[in-house]
Amino acid sequence: MSQETNATALPVGVTGVVTDWSGDKQAFHVPWGKAMMWIFLLSDTFIFTSFLTGYMHVRTSTTVPWPNPSEVFALTIAGHHIPLILIAIMTFILITSSGTMALAVNYGYRRDRKKTMLLMLATAAFGAMFVSMQAFEWTKLIVDEGVRPWGNPMGAAQFGACFFMITGFHGLHVSIGVIYLSIVAFKVYRGDYESRGYEIVEIVGLYWHFVDLVWVFIFALFYLW
Amino acid sequence: MAYVAIADRDHEHHLHDPQTFITKYIWSQDHKVIAIQYGITAISVGVLAMILSAMMRLQLAFPDVFSFITPNNYYQFVTMHGMIMVIYLLTALFLGGFGNFLIPLMCGARDMVFPYVNMLSFWVYLLSVIILMASFFVPGGPTGAGWTLYPPQSILPGTPGTDWGILFMLISLAVFIVAFTMGGLNYVTTVLQARCRGMTLMRMPLSVWGIFVATILGLLAFPALLVSAVMMILDKTIGTSFFIPAVLSMGESLDHLGGSPILFQHLFWFFGHPEVYIVALPAFGIISDLISTHARKNIFGYRMMVWAIVAIGALSFVVWAHHMYVSGMNPYFGFFFATTTLIIAIPTAIKVYNWVLTLWQGNIRFTVPMMFAIGFIFTFTHGGLTGLFLGNVTVDLPLSDTYFVVGHFHMVMGVSPVLAVFGAIYHWFPKISGRMFNETLGKWHFWLTFLGTYSIYLPMHYLGILGVPRRYYANGITDFIPESAQTMNVGITIAALLVAVVQIIFFVNIIWSLRNGKKADSNPWGATTLEWQTPDTPPKHGNWGPELPVVYRWAYDYSVPGQSLDFIPQTEPHHGHDSVDDEDKDKK
Ligand code: HEM
Ligand SMILES: [Cu+2]
Repeated sequence: MSQETNATALPVGVTGVVTDWSGDKQAFHVPWGKAMMWIFLLSDTFIFTSFLTGYMHVRTSTTVPWPNPSEVFALTIAGHHIPLILIAIMTFILITSSGTMALAVNYGYRRDRKKTMLLMLATAAFGAMFVSMQAFEWTKLIVDEGVRPWGNPMGAAQFGACFFMITGFHGLHVSIGVIYLSIVAFKVYRGDYESRGYEIVEIVGLYWHFVDLVWVFIFALFYLW
Repeated sequence: MAYVAIADRDHEHHLHDPQTFITKYIWSQDHKVIAIQYGITAISVGVLAMILSAMMRLQLAFPDVFSFITPNNYYQFVTMHGMIMVIYLLTALFLGGFGNFLIPLMCGARDMVFPYVNMLSFWVYLLSVIILMASFFVPGGPTGAGWTLYPPQSILPGTPGTDWGILFMLISLAVFIVAFTMGGLNYVTTVLQARCRGMTLMRMPLSVWGIFVATILGLLAFPALLVSAVMMILDKTIGTSFFIPAVLSMGESLDHLGGSPILFQHLFWFFGHPEVYIVALPAFGIISDLISTHARKNIFGYRMMVWAIVAIGALSFVVWAHHMYVSGMNPYFGFFFATTTLIIAIPTAIKVYNWVLTLWQGNIRFTVPMMFAIGFIFTFTHGGLTGLFLGNVTVDLPLSDTYFVVGHFHMVMGVSPVLAVFGAIYHWFPKISGRMFNETLGKWHFWLTFLGTYSIYLPMHYLGILGVPRRYYANGITDFIPESAQTMNVGITIAALLVAVVQIIFFVNIIWSLRNGKKADSNPWGATTLEWQTPDTPPKHGNWGPELPVVYRWAYDYSVPGQSLDFIPQTEPHHGHDSVDDEDKDKK
């Protein structure tokens, strides 16, 4: 077994970065799966960026006025008309799920299988809640407000097109995350990772935090603009 | 405790040895088999694309003779030819084919980091090819929108294949991107994380550098294509208006309103320009290795070569709108993109100088791979120089959409990468098959291909300056084009048919040599890199036998003074001490 990879004192600063990167065998001292997840997420960032810049482009170039999101996304609860309330709750739920995910990673490294499993399932449950609320929101828009991908009564047709496409793509990510979380949670509980270590929980966590982060951008650019 | 590299941990070593024929050659997780699967599939569709180009050339030279080539067919041929060549042949062959074969072998790994995902990558790629081929058989045929697929014409009636062809094309592209992502994540992670001991990034052969950076470009550029494909599928199927403005089509105004065709162009070229470098960078890397090996001389300016690859890769993301000078964008944008385009010429020129300086005073061996490498320097320089013309807004405006452009991009991203592919196949054939190919046939293949392609594309520049437009089925009676242009067209077509036919020499050579070629020893070229130091030729599953190799030096120790051999393999320790961390030569 080689032990010398990192045995000597490492240079710091810019030289350190260069040495690390060009170093022997591994550019990053992380497992393969984690490196791969990082690279995948970088690629996925470009997908979402393309979606969002595409949306911004059509929003600024269309000739018809854009519907006002805080009115479209308002709910009337107990007689009060509250703008963006559903989205606020959804955002809150998703951010909470990032918290439970972080805890799961922590318990994973402590090899507390049961707590890890429970926290991962809680994260998945929050994710499922998010998706269901999204389904509710879609239904409301389609059935009550008459928003369609090809048009809507309030203004530019691109509003519905962008909305369904972008939130749909994000919702797909969340749904995949829920499945991924559940599978890994089950395997954690079964003890599949006892010999290999619990880095996998952190890898799932990376994906999950990423999906949450993307939501923040969608929230800011679509609902608040 | 010191960190133990993953590759050294026991459990990661364990590779399942394939047992049956199926797991060994078909449903295989071995990177070498996957490489060959990718290679065969890519070359097969490439042959189809070449046949399509021959049909286009026949039509252009003899406009009234071939009744089966209708204007619609011509557009379909142009489109399918371009798309297949760029994506399904070159991208797949360089990354899926050579990337798969070379990365683990040159980095000293046993396989890709996730072999199963790697295997899926090939099968999904095959699926994308099948979908693409299916589009030839759907009602209305494949799309004829041009490989750039610009909307609105690509999805509105009038262009061939707007019913089904375009959908199949877009879906096939989306599937291809999924396949590429699965493979690409593997290539990048393997290079970053799974090199053998002593193989620092700055000791990697340039082939690996080229493929590595190209893969990163792919991972960051294909998303834009994926997104534009999704948007266009939605526009086509459920009637959204991302790309379709208010349009009159066939005398009726459509339901679409307020979309932006320019958005598609931006997304497409944000992918499209890096795509050019996705096929160029692996070629750069491979050519560097071929030249150094066959000139028995270390590559000139290794570090500069690496940084040039990285710089070109980074810059390639900020030049895309040089394809859109005629789209009516803001002149300041034109200025910006012309400037970045000219800047990217600097690292590119550095590479060309370094190849030439490597040859200078080398002990050049005119082997077949070397001939292709030198041919590449010619065609690439040529295409690069015409690129400078097209990069300048004012020069581009009259040349845009003429045969000058066709000549330019075929030189730079058609012929050049193909020459690199041939050179690479000849160079690595002994390692892949364990046999030598026939030199004489190889040389014939080179000269006929090189001179043939030159006589196809050089005249095209003249046609372009005369103003002959690209993507035209026939020129008809056009006052400003002299009749002699048609004579030139006939000449080009004859050369094109010749080039197409002589490729048979290549296939005959390969197939004949697979069975009857002389047995190759493990390192017939006297090369330094790791793939030539494997215990078996062709390498067995797991590549290295029981022990992973250890690397002590860079990949270019050729003709070192005072040595009995004119090369020192990367696995050879330095004299007197055998620390892996020895300063290697390039650092001095
Ligand atoms: C035997 C060699 C080849 C011949 C004879 C050939 C010929 C042609 C012809 C006649 C056209 C159509 C020009 C027009 O009507 O505008 C064309 C277009 C094109 N070719 Fe090739 N080609 C060859 C190889 C390649 C290769 C290796 C590539 C790889 C990059 C390539 C990429 C393209 C592209 C991207 C287009 C543009 C398609 C479009 O306008 O939509 N070709 N080629
Ligand atoms: Cu370009």
